[in-house]
Amino acid sequence: MTALTHDRIGAHPPHEHAHGPTGLMRWVTTTNHKDIGTMYLIFSFIMFLSGGVMALTIRAELFKPGLQVVEPEFFNQLTTMHGLVMVFGAIMPAFVGFANWMIPLMIGASDMAFARMNNWSFWLLPPAAILLLGSFFVPGGATAAGWTLYAPLSVQMGMGMDLAIFAIHIMGVSSIMGAINIVVTILNMRAPGMNMMRMPLFCWTWLITAYLLIAVMPVLAGAVTMILTDRHFGTSFFNAAGGGDPVMYQHIFWFFGHPEVYIMILPAFGIVSQIIPTFSRKPLFGYASMVYATASIAILSFTVWAHHMFTTGMPAVGQLFFMYATMLIAVPTGVKVFNWVATMWRGSLSFETPMLWATGFIFVFTMGGFTGLICAIAPIDIQLQDTYYVVAHFHYVLVAGSLFALFAGAYYWLPKWTGHMPNEFIGKLHFWCSMVFFNITFFPMHFLGLAGMPRRIPDYALQFADFNAMASIGAFGFGLSQLIFLVAVVKCIRGGKQAAAQSWEGAEGLEWTVPSPAPHHTFEDAPVLART
Amino acid sequence: MSETFERYFVPQPSKFPILGAAALLLFGSGAAMWVNKVGAGPWIFFCGIAILIYMLFGWFGQVVRESEGGLYGRQVGKSFRWSMGWFIFSEVMFFAAFFGALFYVRVLALPALSTGENEALLWQGFSGAWPSSGPRVADAFTPMGAWGIPAINTLILLSSGATLTWAHYGLLKGKRSQLKLGLLVTILLGAIFLSLQAYEYTHAYAELNLRLDSGIYGSTFYLLTGFHGLHVTVGAIMLTVMLFRSIAGHFTPEHHFGFEAAAWYWHFVDVVWLFLFVVVYWL
Repeated sequence: MTALTHDRIGAHPPHEHAHGPTGLMRWVTTTNHKDIGTMYLIFSFIMFLSGGVMALTIRAELFKPGLQVVEPEFFNQLTTMHGLVMVFGAIMPAFVGFANWMIPLMIGASDMAFARMNNWSFWLLPPAAILLLGSFFVPGGATAAGWTLYAPLSVQMGMGMDLAIFAIHIMGVSSIMGAINIVVTILNMRAPGMNMMRMPLFCWTWLITAYLLIAVMPVLAGAVTMILTDRHFGTSFFNAAGGGDPVMYQHIFWFFGHPEVYIMILPAFGIVSQIIPTFSRKPLFGYASMVYATASIAILSFTVWAHHMFTTGMPAVGQLFFMYATMLIAVPTGVKVFNWVATMWRGSLSFETPMLWATGFIFVFTMGGFTGLICAIAPIDIQLQDTYYVVAHFHYVLVAGSLFALFAGAYYWLPKWTGHMPNEFIGKLHFWCSMVFFNITFFPMHFLGLAGMPRRIPDYALQFADFNAMASIGAFGFGLSQLIFLVAVVKCIRGGKQAAAQSWEGAEGLEWTVPSPAPHHTFEDAPVLART
Repeated sequence: MSETFERYFVPQPSKFPILGAAALLLFGSGAAMWVNKVGAGPWIFFCGIAILIYMLFGWFGQVVRESEGGLYGRQVGKSFRWSMGWFIFSEVMFFAAFFGALFYVRVLALPALSTGENEALLWQGFSGAWPSSGPRVADAFTPMGAWGIPAINTLILLSSGATLTWAHYGLLKGKRSQLKLGLLVTILLGAIFLSLQAYEYTHAYAELNLRLDSGIYGSTFYLLTGFHGLHVTVGAIMLTVMLFRSIAGHFTPEHHFGFEAAAWYWHFVDVVWLFLFVVVYWL
């Protein structure tokens, strides 16, 4: 599909190969999209482990009824910080890392549109992480209001809450700059001949995700600013005595929060849509419908936010609207799932590690999608609100959805990043351990939720003991399985089978035309794509 | 295909981003300490601001030098245009959160507080009429009228939009003195606007007893007008930079994105003000 000719314009200018600072300063001052992508990925993995340790502490406490490991107050801090760290520290930066590495390679650009700002987008994250994680050590500890930071709880917390607010502000600045960078790169930096409708689907999903980020991160900034002024400057946004309304916080938050969940899944769809055609050795089925489905999901995501609030008080008309709007999202999502399956249909399939993860993604993510549909039905949701059923649902879409797709993408592009093929045995071991332990952890939570076990509670009634013990065992298994990933990546960096430019047999696209590992600078002169 | 394409400008490694990151770390931690009255909060906060200002000067200075050095091709110019447009859109969404809060309170929250069970059991006799400071924030206040200073301010901002466009025409036609005069007048109008806003705030505190803690009216009034004022300040600073750059002989009729970006931003704060004038002051 992509016949290439390099159009060299004269010799390289002399400064080109004289790289800037070396050692640590290379990473601190870099303007190279590959360096920055690598830093995003390493950062997100560190945050993933930090959030994971919090999750395991939670599961240790919930292993049996009664209080044994942590104080209830600290337990609440852990659930809150686990959510914030995983959402803003692990999943989102990991996808931005993929975007940084792959989008310029996929569209034939020499770098991101704003290479210096790109560096700032990344380097704002460690300060935000310091503020967020540092809040555990201030008087009163970290915020314990839940990752949604609902008022009035969030108006009452100690200094940890303020640190979380400023951390969110800084991460928001980082996200908005990153999103603008991605939009401009995709719209303005495509190689000649790379029409929008020829772009790899990963670029499309990120383009649409970036628009979502630009639209909703400022709204989150507004929401936490109102909390800050309510806390310290006497305003009454969320105080009924002053004419405000705590429910208003939920509306503003979820206007951000629902698009946010698509921000965390659309790039995952993009990664899976790259991998499945490669290992099916067929072009993606229904490319155009995939693009339109992604856009439809994004647009609909602005009209469904109050399905998070069916029990907080809403007229029946509102409940009906948000219920049906939410169920409508199942249509474009279904389009995607069917297209993936249709791509595999009669393909000449092989199941290397990335394909295993992508196929696993389809199974478990679809389960999470179905439980989402169940939660969307207002009368059922009123029963399920704030139970472990909801916890099971969003871990099926965020762990089995976003995280599994991230692993799929990591194994898929590791050869391009490192120049070595990842070890298939280790990769498959990682997959099967994760898949099995993931389901041991989260599947029982459906039953716990249906039986009425509330979430965010450190203790529970005896009847829930067996399933909780099971979930805790699964969680520790899942957590340990992730160390296999670390081994796989480190081994892949240090050696292994040499990767060809086209590392996987069926892989198509510009990123597979540059050598593996990708040289520091690629596509300095735009490749010219043959007309199709 | 044998067309030739100019290379896209990719900057060399830069120390400014990490300075900016350090600045925001100090800014955030200092602010969190300050609002909780912990130790050196304000010092850390202002330290962060100082580093941020140094970083912005250095970074933008470098961008200006690169631009004047002719490093930016047409494609880079296009990148700048796209990015400024979407940055302004993100600002629109920031204001949307606060406008949304205002509409929510007026249309949903106050009517709910003043009718039915809420009124009967919790807040007896609460009328819920706008402007309201809610049922239990007792201090009476006088709301800000629309037809005094705010109306004058509307005129000022609208005229400043016109003078800025006049300056832009001067730039396009190569009339440099028209450019400089137009910018100067625009900045002065912005400064008058800000002074009148400051006067309005002191008047509100001193005579109307309208304060930040005057319930939901005070909250929405001060946060909406305050964030708008902050954006006017930023816009005026941008225009001042453009004025100095004009005096230094920067910009050509074909190549003046910095000016355009500042102008777009200024028009954006104009439009926000029109919404503010209608829904915060007038209705």
